[in-house]
Amino acid sequence: MTAKLADPGALARYRDALGDLRSPRQEVIAVCVGTGCRANGAIAVYEALRAKVEALGAVREVEARATGCQGFCQGGPLLLLVPEGIVYEHVRIEDVSEIVEKTVLGGEIVERLLCVDSATNLQCRRDEEIPFYRHQQRLLLRDNGLLDPTSIDDYIALGGYSALSRALEMGPVAVLEEVKRSGLRGRGGAGFPTGRKWEACRNASGDLKYVVCNADEGDPGAFMDDALLEGNPHSVLEGMIIGALAMGAREGHVYVRQEYPVAVERITRAISQARELGLLGEAILGSELYFDVQVSRGGGAFVCGEASAMMASLEGRRGVPRRRLIHLSERGLWGRPTNLNNVETWANVPHIVLKGSGWFSSIGTEGSTGTKIFSLVGKVSNTGLVEVPMGTTLREIVFGAGGGIPDGKAFKAVQTGGPSGGCLPADRLDVPVDFDTLEAEGSMMGSGGMIVMDEDTCMVDVAKYFLRFLASESCGNCTSCRDGLALLHDLLGDITEGSGTRQTIALVEELADTVEATSLCALGTSAVNPVLSTLRYFRDEYLAHVDEKRCPAGVCKALITFSIDAERCNGCTLCAARCPQDAVIGEKKQPHTITQGLCIKCGICRDVCKRDAVLVQ
Amino acid sequence: MSETQATDTGRVAAVLARYPRHDPGDLVNILHDLQAEFRYLTETALQEAAAYLGLPPAQVYGVTTFYHGFHTEPRGEHTCTVCMGTACHVRGAPRLLEQLERDTGVAAGGTTPDLSLNVEEVSCVGACAIGPLVILDGDTHGHMTADDLSRLVTKLLDNEGRE
Repeated sequence: MTAKLADPGALARYRDALGDLRSPRQEVIAVCVGTGCRANGAIAVYEALRAKVEALGAVREVEARATGCQGFCQGGPLLLLVPEGIVYEHVRIEDVSEIVEKTVLGGEIVERLLCVDSATNLQCRRDEEIPFYRHQQRLLLRDNGLLDPTSIDDYIALGGYSALSRALEMGPVAVLEEVKRSGLRGRGGAGFPTGRKWEACRNASGDLKYVVCNADEGDPGAFMDDALLEGNPHSVLEGMIIGALAMGAREGHVYVRQEYPVAVERITRAISQARELGLLGEAILGSELYFDVQVSRGGGAFVCGEASAMMASLEGRRGVPRRRLIHLSERGLWGRPTNLNNVETWANVPHIVLKGSGWFSSIGTEGSTGTKIFSLVGKVSNTGLVEVPMGTTLREIVFGAGGGIPDGKAFKAVQTGGPSGGCLPADRLDVPVDFDTLEAEGSMMGSGGMIVMDEDTCMVDVAKYFLRFLASESCGNCTSCRDGLALLHDLLGDITEGSGTRQTIALVEELADTVEATSLCALGTSAVNPVLSTLRYFRDEYLAHVDEKRCPAGVCKALITFSIDAERCNGCTLCAARCPQDAVIGEKKQPHTITQGLCIKCGICRDVCKRDAVLVQ
Repeated sequence: MSETQATDTGRVAAVLARYPRHDPGDLVNILHDLQAEFRYLTETALQEAAAYLGLPPAQVYGVTTFYHGFHTEPRGEHTCTVCMGTACHVRGAPRLLEQLERDTGVAAGGTTPDLSLNVEEVSCVGACAIGPLVILDGDTHGHMTADDLSRLVTKLLDNEGRE
């Protein structure tokens, strides 16, 4: 067992010793094993690489390292060579020997594994040349590619926990002032000023105070908190320790979604590593600070992302939100002063303490400082995690980093803010992305999900999708939310099934207003945003459904038919073989046809057709 | 008490012993661990957890049924989960789930009568970039089509049948 670090000086010496252990010429091959790359076989690539390095006896000079999410999920499995900054994409086990022999030992680049800039058709030799990375400012995410998230030494070697040393030197009041001056706002969705929240908790009376990290990232389509917690758990933990110092809190909780088992494992390990080194527990770094953290798993309820519901869940009760007549900062977990911040918010704290509030507030806009991580997903060429300064336009994100829409399709909308957010159309692409602008446009920042939709996405279907989600996630406490959302979902169902009229739309709007006005927590009050924003920007699509009984995007099953283009069909019989209904008929090498009465519109024929001969109208 | 019940009680006690503080705040964590042990939450397990934490059984049952992650009915050996997150939805996830439901004859949330497969949906697993995706016994399969899914599940269940 390692000895506890007695004071900040001991931490600095520990870091220096780590530096001496690592040869300055050491080459690191960082394999991304974040959620996306893992699903693409990155772990096998990492293991093959490690075996190769060991077989060469080059362990001292070359380190194969499994890292957290490097962001560029589209290119996975991804491999980053440090210090050169060479990025290889779509790496397979078969490529491993060549990479080690040519690039690592021979200094030669394996060109076929380089990313190609689709705009210029040029190969990108270094990470900063890749369009996806070029448009970013990766304050929080950069270290994800540089450290092994299971090693506290890697974090410390990169300067980790020096912000804690600095904070102990500054003292609680100065730390609080620094965070207030930085203008940091909560990254979980509401955008409340973090410093003010901290101050309220610090000023609240009570001996035992709690700090909680909200890692119940429930917004479908958002995974930045998962990436931070998996990829750099100590940065979140360091932020929490600094927060505990500033607020005088003694106990901390990390509330993680059960759907993120790797994040649970990483943060749990990080906590025990920090305890061993004396960075958690009694007399942290020899100071008077006592603070310890435990991990609590969620149970799979979206509403637990709401602060008061999370407190209930942490107390072993049903996650039902309560009226917050008294702020959680005064009466939160177990009735004691509690401060809750989101993962990304906590991860910003060490940077602010170390580099100062002036530096932090110089990034972003006046009202929204710093960077924000977005998960750029859906119908976009480069999917992954994008970290940009606040105030970057949607266009720069979707078309710059994201590389636009694939397959030559037209952009239709970008959905921000998760189920409580809204869909913004093409003529809103130039709005700057910050807390206040998005809200003024009828959407919101939320936790940073950004789902791109193209011409094949039906906006009525999307609104219905969110209502289905929220209706099933409503805790059931308020009638308007419990029954209102279910009813709204049914009304949109009528529209997508062709039985809706203009009156249905009017009823949807009226009911949406009622739900918004009469629900207790944000789940209910903001649940109507996807409906209202799609009605605001895509009313034409709703009208096509009710007036012409037509789904322009070709999604709503009751309003579309599948047919086969006789010109394109070469009678390969693939669709006929795979059709679960035996609805496709035709002779070999002759154009096929679909028997409409049997067709269930499952779309398999379109998926398997190699000649794009299946038409949807 | 039957022999099986006695073994179950022993296994429950072993899980509960990981939480020596008897803190009601550990309830959700305990339920996760118990479910990992038995695949679902048995009545015995719930009652013993309640007694251990000094909570009314009604509260423990209420918590169990409130969260989507907990099951009170016997569960199948394998689990196939279709991600229904927004990013997967716009890339056609509903068609995957429909296919799985057709192939197995079981609606999402259910288990095949022979307890071989659970059919599940999840709201997002954070691998949106490779959607639509399916998780089969913990392994994530990205960029799925209804046809791929059909083959994947058929292969799994066929192999089971042969063993």
